[in-house]
Amino acid sequence: MRIVIIGNGMASFKLCEKLRTKGSKYAITVFGEENQPAYDRVHLSEFFSGRKADDLFMAPKSWYHENDIQLHLGDPVKSIDRLSKKVHSFSGETVTYDNLILATGSAAFIPPVPGIEKQGVFLYRTIEDLEMIRSYSAKVKNAVVMGGGLLGLEAAKAMLDLGIKNTHVIEFANRLMPRQLDIEGAGLLKNKLSELGLHIHHSKNTVNISGEEKIHAVEFADGSFLETDMLVISAGIRPRDELAHQSGLAVGPRGGIIINDILQTSDPSIYAIGECALHNKMIYGLVAPAYEMAEVLSANLMVNFPEATAVKTFTGFDMSTKLKLIGVDVASFGDPFIENENTRTIAVTDKLKGNYKRINISADGKQLLGGILVGDTTQYNMMLQTCRNKMLLPADPMDILHKNTDQKKSDNAGITALPEDALICSCESVTKAGICQAVSEQNCNTVDAIKKCTKAGTGCGGCVPMIKDLMVHTMKEKGIYIRNVVCEHFQYSRQELFDLIKIQQTKTFNEVLDTFGKGDGCEVCKPLVSSLIASIWNEMILRKGNDSSQDSNDRFLANIQKGGTYSVVPRIPGGEITPDKLIVIGEVAKKYNLYTKITGAQRIDMFGAHVSDLPNIWTELISAGFESGHAYGKALRTVKSCVGSTWCRFGLHDSVSYAIRIEERYRGFRAPHKIKSAVSGCIRECAEAQSKDFGIIATEKGWNLYVCGNGGSKPQHAQLLATDLDSDTCIKYIDRFLMFYLKTADPLNRTATWLNKMEGGIEYLRNVVVNDSLGMAEEWEAAMQHFADSYACEWKAAIETPEIRKRFSHFINAPEEKDPSVQFEEMRGQKKVPDWNNPK
Amino acid sequence: MILQTEQTRAEIAEWFEACSVHDVVENGGVCVKYKKEQIALFYFTRRNEWYATQNECPHKRQMALSRGMIGSVGQEPKIACPFHKKTFSLATGQCLNGDECSIKTYPVKVINGIVFIGIAKNQD
Repeated sequence: MRIVIIGNGMASFKLCEKLRTKGSKYAITVFGEENQPAYDRVHLSEFFSGRKADDLFMAPKSWYHENDIQLHLGDPVKSIDRLSKKVHSFSGETVTYDNLILATGSAAFIPPVPGIEKQGVFLYRTIEDLEMIRSYSAKVKNAVVMGGGLLGLEAAKAMLDLGIKNTHVIEFANRLMPRQLDIEGAGLLKNKLSELGLHIHHSKNTVNISGEEKIHAVEFADGSFLETDMLVISAGIRPRDELAHQSGLAVGPRGGIIINDILQTSDPSIYAIGECALHNKMIYGLVAPAYEMAEVLSANLMVNFPEATAVKTFTGFDMSTKLKLIGVDVASFGDPFIENENTRTIAVTDKLKGNYKRINISADGKQLLGGILVGDTTQYNMMLQTCRNKMLLPADPMDILHKNTDQKKSDNAGITALPEDALICSCESVTKAGICQAVSEQNCNTVDAIKKCTKAGTGCGGCVPMIKDLMVHTMKEKGIYIRNVVCEHFQYSRQELFDLIKIQQTKTFNEVLDTFGKGDGCEVCKPLVSSLIASIWNEMILRKGNDSSQDSNDRFLANIQKGGTYSVVPRIPGGEITPDKLIVIGEVAKKYNLYTKITGAQRIDMFGAHVSDLPNIWTELISAGFESGHAYGKALRTVKSCVGSTWCRFGLHDSVSYAIRIEERYRGFRAPHKIKSAVSGCIRECAEAQSKDFGIIATEKGWNLYVCGNGGSKPQHAQLLATDLDSDTCIKYIDRFLMFYLKTADPLNRTATWLNKMEGGIEYLRNVVVNDSLGMAEEWEAAMQHFADSYACEWKAAIETPEIRKRFSHFINAPEEKDPSVQFEEMRGQKKVPDWNNPK
Repeated sequence: MILQTEQTRAEIAEWFEACSVHDVVENGGVCVKYKKEQIALFYFTRRNEWYATQNECPHKRQMALSRGMIGSVGQEPKIACPFHKKTFSLATGQCLNGDECSIKTYPVKVINGIVFIGIAKNQD
């Protein structure tokens, strides 16, 4: 069979591509009017933000050659001889066809306004147009874009990209994007675009373009005018149907080649696809429906069509769109405007954040019919799927307007709920099933692999987050393990290494590396493995062989600070300290000239200690009864407490004693990240236990245990795990909780992040900890008891072991000398380090 | 044992006696004082290699590299600064995080259990 395609735009290219990937051996000839091969018009405005024309090509000329397609560029078809089934090109070529496809696209609509021919008036349509605009724009100070629709705003963005600060947009309708937005949504978009420096004028009917040779002003029907150096017209499209009309094919009264559901024109061997086609009185000016038409036609051409029945039909296309317009997210889906007695509309305008959301639902509140989003479009994909698949709305439809507090969970629930044939990528028409199959059957386990395999996400890219979620979801479902390896030296996750080290009884970093890894380690795996070894074997962390694989702070059992000195934090359990111990801290700080500050965790930090002073400082602190506070480690830091029932008139229990008991049980416990805790003596919660990894609050009957909270950059409240516990049970639960965290968390994930990632969330955690669903409780409690029994202060060991103590000097060849580069300044009667952004 | 580094080719004015092999922590670094200079000396025991670089991390100009963790990326031996984990090649001194800065490297040789660091001629 011989196929001739007239036109060489995106629809034409897609048809060629689909025919060849489906394995057709038909002879294909393409005639294109422009000199370039097909290019990506959707991203045309990127031409101005630095993209080269070459980047916009759908495929290079060589692609046509490689795929055995005759491509005639710069050679439009002059006439069609329908009787003998031949086309004649402008250059004199004559080609015979069995099936002819018209993909002639559209041209810019040129409004019949006098003066349109003047210098400085441009269309916004082709690469040539853009090149002319670019060279002319060098000499203009201002510009007017005619058309406030999708393409018009694209053109306005191009003007901004060209550096024309004074850009106006004029629209004939009473609002921007009249096909996608209602008055309210368009008003919000207008405000946002005005903030970006665009001047927007709507309800402007242009009647004249004045000026001598060059444009001087644009004049409107209401008598107003805009003076300008340049006018860019982007006021819609006009289907290119001249050739069809001239060949006697049926065209619509306002243009467009009339086609049926199998894309056939009034001549059974001639088809039309893309923007030149008029289907059901509708011209589709977007790329996705054009691609869908290419898909339908290619599928049908593959069977001996039209003799055999068509395998696919085109029944119209959902014009839902989501796009970023000059930095503003805009989306509309389904029927955005529908308003009648069977429908209800919910609209929310947030003028503070600049968001507008409108949904149209059925009168019974069960179905989503369409809607509009301006500003925040994060829920677009879910809404679109809900609308398309006629999924039931939540009991309160308002819920779909708000981001769920637990976004992750709801997203997953949303994906699971989608039917198999839900269209995920509408540009390439890929369904949920298609993506899931690519993952489970073609072993695609990256988004890039899925893109290559299915083409999903390669068009507008809007569906990529959903593809990723579907991929992760499918991989989990199929039991495909999502490998989360440590680094180039270990092809294992932290959890796997934990078990391996325990089973193989490896006790130094080198042993672990030789047994399970490769290479020489790095700053990622060294601290991770060291932490695991410390957790599992509970040996002094600076034992020979493990010393140099500790993270820098652990290696010197202190926190390195600006300037290279260290800070020292002795443990003050529960924040309770005697006056004598306070005096010792004061004396030590004075003797070694240290800056002192109360920390956020009810302890005292002493800053500015030279590395060689650390053993001496600790000798004095330890002889006064202090021990390491582990402020340098990924370990239990502090158990903060309020004063509790011993003094406080509201206190229910002795929170201080309980905090001390807990702190002394878990001191030195090394975990994937630091661990903080607190005990409050009553519901007033002065110890802020609900912001800790585990927090305890006294009740009338016992203690309430909260878990997985943290302060820091992403504060999260702890969640209630169990209520009214007695002191011993509460500690058992904490044992189990901490061991479960230690065993299963990813590196450097605090308990809050760990819980956020946990399937089943707090309910699952409660099952494990309280109901012992894994049957691990006894083992974990015993392990924690063993840990607590074998605890020894690291600093005590360090000062008593000459080999370790020797490491605390700055110069190996001058151990008595301190680092001469350390300098201090004075501030409020104490010392401080000079700012390191000012060179010494 | 003599270790070849980039600067071995430059003329060595002095082989400076730094310390004993046993003074240096295995698979880690120490800081050596040479006149007014601070040199970080690394004993990469796993590879039986010795390296020396300036002790100052060029990122925030902290005298800290000797306290960092050594390791490898591919075959390249590297040091990570304890402050912000910037990494530098021990062999060439190049920053491996894509920053422009680099660190000075020194040749090292070990004779009879004594570690010597080579100081180049045009050294100030």
